[in-house]
Amino acid sequence: MKQYQLSTGEKKFIGSHLLVAILALAVGSLFGPLQAFEHAGWDFYPYLKPFIKSYYQGLTVHGVLNALVWTTFFIMGFLTFNVMFGLKRPLKNMTLNKVGFWLMVVGVVAAAIPILANQATVLFTFYPPLKANWAFYLGLTLVVVGSWVEGWGLFMTYIAWRKENPNERTPFIAFASIITALLWQICTLGIATEILTMLLPWSLGLIENVDPQLARTYFWFTGHPLVYFWLLPAYISWYAMLPEQAGKGKMFSDSLARLSFWIFLVLSTPLGFHHQYVDPGIPPAWKFLHSMLTFGVFFPSMMTAFTVVASLEHAGRKNGGKGALAWIGKLNWSDPSVAAQLLAGILFFFGGIGGLANASYNVNLVLHNTAFIPGHFHLTVATGVTLSFMGISYWLLPYLTGKKLWNPKVAVAQAWTWFVGMIIFSNSMHVLGLLGAPRRVPLGLAPYVPAEWNSRLFQVGVGGAILFLSGALYLTVMLMTALNKEKVAEEVTVPIAESMQDLSHTPEWLDRWAPWVYGTLALIVIVYGPQLFDMIKNIALTSPGFRVW
Amino acid sequence: MSTKQMHIDPYERNWMIFSAILLVLFATAVSVAAFGMGIQVPAPETRVDPRTVAVDPNSPWSNPGLREIEPGKYDAYILAHAIPNWEYLPKEITVPAGSSVSFYVTSGDVQHGFKIQDTNANFMVIPGQVSKLTVKFDEPGTYNFICTEYCGSGHAIMYGAVIVTP
Repeated sequence: MKQYQLSTGEKKFIGSHLLVAILALAVGSLFGPLQAFEHAGWDFYPYLKPFIKSYYQGLTVHGVLNALVWTTFFIMGFLTFNVMFGLKRPLKNMTLNKVGFWLMVVGVVAAAIPILANQATVLFTFYPPLKANWAFYLGLTLVVVGSWVEGWGLFMTYIAWRKENPNERTPFIAFASIITALLWQICTLGIATEILTMLLPWSLGLIENVDPQLARTYFWFTGHPLVYFWLLPAYISWYAMLPEQAGKGKMFSDSLARLSFWIFLVLSTPLGFHHQYVDPGIPPAWKFLHSMLTFGVFFPSMMTAFTVVASLEHAGRKNGGKGALAWIGKLNWSDPSVAAQLLAGILFFFGGIGGLANASYNVNLVLHNTAFIPGHFHLTVATGVTLSFMGISYWLLPYLTGKKLWNPKVAVAQAWTWFVGMIIFSNSMHVLGLLGAPRRVPLGLAPYVPAEWNSRLFQVGVGGAILFLSGALYLTVMLMTALNKEKVAEEVTVPIAESMQDLSHTPEWLDRWAPWVYGTLALIVIVYGPQLFDMIKNIALTSPGFRVW
Repeated sequence: MSTKQMHIDPYERNWMIFSAILLVLFATAVSVAAFGMGIQVPAPETRVDPRTVAVDPNSPWSNPGLREIEPGKYDAYILAHAIPNWEYLPKEITVPAGSSVSFYVTSGDVQHGFKIQDTNANFMVIPGQVSKLTVKFDEPGTYNFICTEYCGSGHAIMYGAVIVTP
């Protein structure tokens, strides 16, 4: 059966997302290893002085480009692909989506200029009253607004499809992508409010002071669901593409996959206080409530773990795998897209366990802002998500360009080096955190570092070196594929794992939007409303800005 | 559209039940630690004006330091500041072993962190807010407190110490 085909123009549009994403990753990832090397005592920052003034400026570049730009551009491109391919129709209004994309590009450039000029060394959390140049805040706003506009384009496309196909179940990849885009629209209201009501007018000199505690609260309204915005596209691939790639496996349970996406939508926003357990300005009762909801959002991840592993097992047994675990060896490990995503999933599992520790209210007292935290999110966003996206790009780039993937063996090696490097890096960061090492500190310069940290700091550097190699391999494979003269034999087949059950088994209530969306908004009002109202009522605009870098 | 029952595999049902039990267990453990054993996170204290907190004569942080409330019980008023040279005031406090110290920490400029090594005390220091936690020091020794939030180019050198004498 012939698959639905995207037009050349549509492929180019998706491809431009991928291009910006990979450029951001290329620059941002240069600085990751530099930070790791600094920890090990090999500080290269003094040699970079003409361009990059400090460790902190490098850290800002790394955080903004990798965590915000690489992810957002890759995700918007991937979601757009999923909606078109899943619904088998073009976008309702391609111009609108293009406007969104270009707004995002302009935003990245606007934010990059002050960052590179050392006018916005505020890290990717930009907590006031650290005060960056206005262009930084404006740029971030444009990135968010651009992603909204692209999201609206996806919603319009879905609505048009629904009118044309009133009785059909929404195909899974389109369904899950629309939920991801919707989650993003809801949760970014926090950061938009923070920037538009405080930081942007403040940086422009229109208001003199801000309320840092309130700003943090707006920020974390967005900050946690942000991680689900990163994660859900990887889940889409793990659920509905990876089993097919790994050995023609099918999706074990379509209904529960959909249910888990709905639970993510409902629960991922109203729990942001779990990033603020040790903030002075929020009553413990609200923090505790958010901690319980954080445990709740772990549930759909557990469901995902089951369905994905069961679907992979189906693939492994189809490939002739036997035994309780031996089928794992029969998955298509030689396919770099499969290897990358399987390895990403394995490390993500450990990232999830560490996340439970962070979420555990008072346990967090031992972990808050220690090296445990970057150790944790390098397993989640920097591996579970990033290595999966790399894996996706190993089939997506050939699909979009019609060019053969350059040297799949190198690509497989890339996945494994990322896996090994990240284990070394992340494990030592976790241990350092438990020993009390703070995050965001050039520990090579810190006067309070005890000797017992040294062996772990060395391992951080070793992990960083392996990751640097892996990043270089990835960029080489991408570049050489883009330049490859060898075309793919025929059109690349998009890997889609069909559901094991007939779609008529998927109940209708899983395809109704209103109850879930209203439920999401209601829950946010209940668990955020009273405290946020109180903080806004008692707003204290008393903090002038500081440029202390 | 059909309204058939949702298909759930028995294995998957058991896994979901197991997951739910696991999460309830974790939540219970955290709750017992919080409410039974009293391991609590910071709660709102007073609010202050960060522009005057270090100079206003009515502000305890205009004269930061240790105050003995009763034998073995202390209040420590600590000011965190990035300007001019990234430090805590006072940089060092000394108490005898067995003391219970309530830390009241605020910032005169940007956000900082405050983590006392080898204790459960770890919190954000946010301008305009006062962060408070109480720590009992039973073992003699030097307990560094370090800044755990990025606060500008001197962030890495920002620390102080509680010295617990025998």
